[in-house]
Amino acid sequence: MYNGKKTKAIREHRSRWERERLKPLLSKAPERLRRFSTVSDELISDLYTPADLEEFEFSRDLGFPGEYPFTRGVQPSMYRGRLWTMRQFSGFGSAEDTNARYHYLLSQGQTGLSVAFHFPTLMGYDSDHERARGEVGMCGVAVDSLKDMEILFHKIPLDRTTTSMTINAPAAILLAMYIAVAEQQGVSSKKIGGTIQNDILKEYIAQHSWIFPPDPSVRIITDILAYCADHVPKWNTISISGYHIREAGSTAVQELAFTIADGIAYVQAGVDAGIPVDKFAPRLSYFFNAHMDFFEEIAKYRAARRMWARIMRERFKARDENSWKLRFHTQTAGVTLTAQQPMNNIVRVALQGLMAVLGGTQSLHTNSMDETLALPTEQAVTIALRTQQILAEESGVANSIDPLGGSFFVEKQTNEMEEKATAYIRKIDEMGGMVEAIKRGYPQREIIDASYHYQRLLEKGEKKVVGVNCYAREEEELPIPILKIDQEVERKQVARTREVRKKRNAKRVASRIDALKDAALSRQNLMPVILDAVREYVTLGEICDAFRETMGTYTDPAFY
Amino acid sequence: MAGALAKGRSETRPRKGMRKIRVLIGKPGLDGHDRGAKIIARALRDAGVEVIYTGLHQTPEMIVNAAVQEDVDAIGLSILSGAHNYLFPKVVDLLREKKMKKVVVFGGGIIPDDDIPSLRKKGVDRIFTPGTPLSEIVEYVNHRVRPRG
Repeated sequence: MYNGKKTKAIREHRSRWERERLKPLLSKAPERLRRFSTVSDELISDLYTPADLEEFEFSRDLGFPGEYPFTRGVQPSMYRGRLWTMRQFSGFGSAEDTNARYHYLLSQGQTGLSVAFHFPTLMGYDSDHERARGEVGMCGVAVDSLKDMEILFHKIPLDRTTTSMTINAPAAILLAMYIAVAEQQGVSSKKIGGTIQNDILKEYIAQHSWIFPPDPSVRIITDILAYCADHVPKWNTISISGYHIREAGSTAVQELAFTIADGIAYVQAGVDAGIPVDKFAPRLSYFFNAHMDFFEEIAKYRAARRMWARIMRERFKARDENSWKLRFHTQTAGVTLTAQQPMNNIVRVALQGLMAVLGGTQSLHTNSMDETLALPTEQAVTIALRTQQILAEESGVANSIDPLGGSFFVEKQTNEMEEKATAYIRKIDEMGGMVEAIKRGYPQREIIDASYHYQRLLEKGEKKVVGVNCYAREEEELPIPILKIDQEVERKQVARTREVRKKRNAKRVASRIDALKDAALSRQNLMPVILDAVREYVTLGEICDAFRETMGTYTDPAFY
Repeated sequence: MAGALAKGRSETRPRKGMRKIRVLIGKPGLDGHDRGAKIIARALRDAGVEVIYTGLHQTPEMIVNAAVQEDVDAIGLSILSGAHNYLFPKVVDLLREKKMKKVVVFGGGIIPDDDIPSLRKKGVDRIFTPGTPLSEIVEYVNHRVRPRG
């Protein structure tokens, strides 16, 4: 952007400024900190100038929104055309409880749904399984069979609402149940839109809701990619997620690098399974964290778009522009919320939401202030939703596209983010790709090290958290209301699932379960068989059991 | 290596004639949030404690069996799914059944203040809530837990 002659003059000017202006001042009044670094502990310089962007080329590195390499955004009009989707991740107690919350959120101006399932569903157990004791409805909504899914989406028109489901190991089953509910509403699978997270690699790396070993898990995913390309064309088949990698303690660069490396692994798996890249790549989407360091996060989103565009075009030779576009969802960082002085969390979330919008997100979840204590109350989630609405309607930040583009600092950080993440990806490639790297425990260990490093900085007071290691209060906190899950939820849910089992056609159920096992052992696509099973009210736990038996299970290597 | 218990040994030597404190860090239940558990395992190890980490998705039975097998002095439990009211007391009960009443049980995670008194009454010695400095947990273990033998 700036030629050598101009930057030489700028460098000279900078040295003069340092000598004549800065140094004399610092000798009297030194800087506040010994070193300035981001929350990921990347050093930050006092000032950025065009001299930091000598290699930068406007059309190659930045360009225009809706055009390769999409640094400025994936759509030509961005939020001037349509605002991001406001999608609050939500689920608790029974399907009835959660359905009521969905109707409430939609009535308050939310524009999409996002389902949080309870842990037994995530781990492939029905609510009446011994391992589900004490967990039913606690951390999300209990879904065991199609019956629960029918209640969950009662009076929600699936041709007009898009739904994101945070579900990984059993993603194929929940997608099948969603398709079956749509069928009951008279909506064809070709018309439904939404997302399944379906990102098993980051489960091994960070979120840890796995069931099967890596290789069969990736096979399930390629089956979904192939099936959806033909039958559910508007569905986002994988939400390649950095969110949980970051929550587990990674740096921003690691979040970016490991997530893109996961994306590379999925595209490679799809191609290896014989699906043409442009047939499935346009339906891949991403999911990032909005952590606490303002410019670092914005740089991360911008770098992610540019990296993915380059990887898809150059490495995978994708021809369809839609394969190059990195579309993403953002959630504000749960891990930055504090139990101390919890109302301060409203402010943290507002800042994080702003980062996501300035970074060009396609959809956003803003956390509620009470989430370090429990699932959100209606009041808390309403404030979180209103935060997005204030950003959208009042702040003016959605009026111009990529308003930080061209900032010396932001462009330099974007470049550095890309360079450092690319170096990580090269290392993972050398290991034989992400699946192999995971088997070696490489990303897992990098994250533990980073999280311990940050914790040490925090304990030494080099990183600050308001209300925790500075501005803490001695006196009792003002209590805020907490959502409690009634013990009755477990009893009622167990009863419902047992009732469902009693009412089914036992013979057809048995044959569906046999078909699941046969399909798992063959190379046949699993999706149609799973669909046939859920339509007969074969439960999630039963389907997962059939797969556990044929595919094996994964256990935590437990290093720390 | 799958499912094996991970052990960490510290560089510092125990005082003469005194066995090191042995602590089992356990993740009961189905939630996968292990950032806190792993950080605490490392901090205790760095403070000279012998730490055994169970890994994720353990049943109370698995945790107590590991505690017996490893002859630990304390168990630290971490839960972020809300299932603590069922799973924490279950671990304490199983320890009693195995006549291991002297093993100190402490815990942490997303645990509302209102739940703490009943957990303590059921035999959980101490609950650490989010934001607790590591030093506080290390100090607690050093003062409250005595190595046997």
